Amino acid sequence: MKAGQRRSPGAYTGIPSWIYVVAAAGGLLVVLPLAAMVAKVNWAQFIPLVTSESSLTALGLSLRTSAASTLLCIVLGVPLALVLARGSFPGQRLLRSFVLLPLVLPPVVGGIALLYTFGRQGLLGRSLEVLGIQIAFSTAAVVLAQTFVALPFLVVSLEGTLRTAGGRYEAVAATLGARPGTVLRRVTLPLVLPGLASGAVLSFARSLGEFGATLTFAGSLQGVTRTLPLEIYLQRETDADAAVALSLVLVAVAVTVVAVSYRGPRRPPAGPFGSERRTTAVPARDRSVQ
Amino acid sequence: MTFRRLRIAALLAASTLLAAAVSGCAPGPSGNPAASGTPQRSGTLTVFAAASLKATFTRLAAEFENRNPGTTVTLSFAGSSDLATQISQGAPADVFASADTRNMARLSDAALIHGQAVNFATNVLEIAVPAGNPASISSFADLARPGVKVVVCASQVPCGAAAESAEREAGTVLKPVSEESSVADVLGKVVSGEADAGLVYATDVKGARGKVEGIPFPEAGKAVTTYPIAALEGSRNKELAAAFISLVAGSDGQKTLADAGFGAPPAEVRPSQ
Amino acid sequence: MSFRMEAAVAARGFDLALTVGPGETVAIMGPNGAGKSTLLAVIAGLLHPDSGRAEMGGRVLFDLGSGRSTWTAPHHRGTALLAQEPLLFPHLSALENVAFGPRSRGESRRASRKTALHWLGAVDAGGLAGRRPAELSGGQAQRVAVARALAADPGLLLLDEPMAALDIHAAPLLRRLLKRVLAGRRAIIVTHDVLDALMLADRVIVLEDGRIIESGPTRDILQRPRSRFVAGLAGLNLIPGTLTEHGLTTAAGQDIAGQHDSILDTEAAAAGPGVEEWSGLDAGAAAPGQAGVAVFPPSAVSVFLTEAHGSPRNSFPVTITDLEPRGDQIRVRAGELSADVTPAASADLGLAPGMAVFFVIKAGAVSVYPA
Repeated sequence: MKAGQRRSPGAYTGIPSWIYVVAAAGGLLVVLPLAAMVAKVNWAQFIPLVTSESSLTALGLSLRTSAASTLLCIVLGVPLALVLARGSFPGQRLLRSFVLLPLVLPPVVGGIALLYTFGRQGLLGRSLEVLGIQIAFSTAAVVLAQTFVALPFLVVSLEGTLRTAGGRYEAVAATLGARPGTVLRRVTLPLVLPGLASGAVLSFARSLGEFGATLTFAGSLQGVTRTLPLEIYLQRETDADAAVALSLVLVAVAVTVVAVSYRGPRRPPAGPFGSERRTTAVPARDRSVQ
Repeated sequence: MTFRRLRIAALLAASTLLAAAVSGCAPGPSGNPAASGTPQRSGTLTVFAAASLKATFTRLAAEFENRNPGTTVTLSFAGSSDLATQISQGAPADVFASADTRNMARLSDAALIHGQAVNFATNVLEIAVPAGNPASISSFADLARPGVKVVVCASQVPCGAAAESAEREAGTVLKPVSEESSVADVLGKVVSGEADAGLVYATDVKGARGKVEGIPFPEAGKAVTTYPIAALEGSRNKELAAAFISLVAGSDGQKTLADAGFGAPPAEVRPSQ
Repeated sequence: MSFRMEAAVAARGFDLALTVGPGETVAIMGPNGAGKSTLLAVIAGLLHPDSGRAEMGGRVLFDLGSGRSTWTAPHHRGTALLAQEPLLFPHLSALENVAFGPRSRGESRRASRKTALHWLGAVDAGGLAGRRPAELSGGQAQRVAVARALAADPGLLLLDEPMAALDIHAAPLLRRLLKRVLAGRRAIIVTHDVLDALMLADRVIVLEDGRIIESGPTRDILQRPRSRFVAGLAGLNLIPGTLTEHGLTTAAGQDIAGQHDSILDTEAAAAGPGVEEWSGLDAGAAAPGQAGVAVFPPSAVSVFLTEAHGSPRNSFPVTITDLEPRGDQIRVRAGELSADVTPAASADLGLAPGMAVFFVIKAGAVSVYPA
């Protein structure tokens, strides 16, 4: 009678059956448009469309800039996450809110903000121009725009992992005589490596899909600033088949990247009784941070 | 068991209702069908118009509503190819005004146009420079000077195609720092001062008066963009659609368009009115 | 060469002074929230006290609140911490974990491996060197953690309930191991288990509300508890009050007859290091009017259904709160007091929680001494 009594082959999950219906609707909302797009692909022309010079150039640029911005996210995001998770200073909450802002900001707003910072007339751009550094309309602008939108993904992911891991390993390491630099290198970073990796993958995926901020801030020139999303947007004006084919390429690249390196939250190892947790011996906390 | 199934059924029914309610929020293509055919025009008219027409069509729609009490004009502005795609996917529109003949032809070929499209305006390219003209541009040839940052539309969009033919006409090869996918993006880069110059339409320069300066150039005359307008086959209020098109193509409409910097339509296809 | 510390943490009501001699092991006991972990954190440098001073072997660990302040970072203190959980670095093998301290000290990879192997051997974990922490049982992991702490060569080893997370089979093993490695080593061990204090420590310090309430050789403290907490540990009943000529009067005005107890005088004098801190052991000077305690074992308590007379006896009307098996006896609890009776006696009397009975104790079984 009761939904919870549903017989299932596995262990008891405690999920009412109607949840499955809504979950299926949610899954369909994501999967269906992708399937519809795949159905629209002109397979006969697919290879020529995606291997055209402009397509390959755009794909190559996207991969290069995304890799660069992911690197930049790691360089800037790891200290940010550490400071947010472990530090204690006035304005910490405010800093976190601002770091997370690009998550909820329309990318085009990010583009405008970047323009007024690094543009020729911008806050820093004016000084940079004096130094002979021009960011506008350059690949560097694309990397900046991607880093701007992708940084929160890395910070959020890493800060969460840092908080879960807690500071107790670091405290023990310090009492064993390790100076803070050693603790960071030999304890903290190895402990949070899974969180760092998943954060980096999310950042890469976000960078790969970046469109609005790039369009506003960096412009669009083949081989320099026209990444795959911008190429798709442009192709759509004249050649819907090309746009669909390139979209599929972008989806495939993103799915591959995410699938290869982001395996989601790990479950505890299955014991002799299905997914039942081992409750003795090793404390759970030890395992969750491996 | 039956109890559970009932609950799921109820849930599905509820979500269907919800979906219906949500889709019901969008205004229909036409208003009260009973009102059509009466001498007093009324109802709702949905007009899809190219983004460059935003200022003029907003004014003309208000004018239309004034002259025809009881009518409501709903405007949707976007890139011409976006609008054409939406219409071919069944978007509920009564009138389509395109910034190029190509997208109108696309709909015409798909038999989505009711009657003949009417060319109602032209537009020509101008060089837009930031206020003060920091790079001292005075001719099309100046755009090719080394160090001058020029932004144009990509060749895939109408303004880019026009820019290309202007280049051919002038015999000048531009090395733009960016090829944008819309004329608004080109204008934005000029307004913000990121670019030294951009190729945009004369109407764009007029619309951004004070923020950019326009420099007309003779080569633009060979790359005139023509704006057609047409009623759509899917319209449920074709009479109202025809009335709106008459306003646009008529003398009042033409005056408003001219004020905004549009050129007159090519004489040979100008409607008799 | 002693470790000396006095520190106050206002937010936690923590304020105490403490000395640990070279080679001395001190057990810290006390109810939850007494400040035991705060004490370790302050010593290790993980918590800033508001004021105080600590030095070890002539080196100042911290000196705060007296004009210029000195603060030695945790990694320079030489106070290795062994926690309740092993906290082995999960990405390092057992050997690498133990070598962590020597490596951090600047030893070469080779030398630190050698040191690590030595200490793994010392905790009978030489065979576990190549294992990852996830591949160790709780007891094995804690043994490796002991080796890791020792390999850091700490001037003061801090142990925070090292046996608490172990199962009943692993705990005795580790306790034996700790007895071996703590011999002649300066250490502070926080524990809830009186057995740890008896076996591992030379001296016990009892904390309550951030202050030291009792301190002295473990055996003496347990034999003559002055607080309910220690009486509980020792399995004794304790009633505080004011000393009288024949015993003690409670705050509620009840007279308790007992024996003034001065047997510990001589033993205390021979108790070894650390006694200089504990000056309260002066039972011979017990005078009426002084604060004192009456202490008696549950086995000396008889349970009656009606008030029993016949001197010299103490009789308390109580209400039974709990009955629980205790070896071959039944422990009858009534609030803070306990009595042990045989199951047969319990059945005869029909004892049950909620029942009003009388706890009766012969005066000769009650020790009375100053608190």
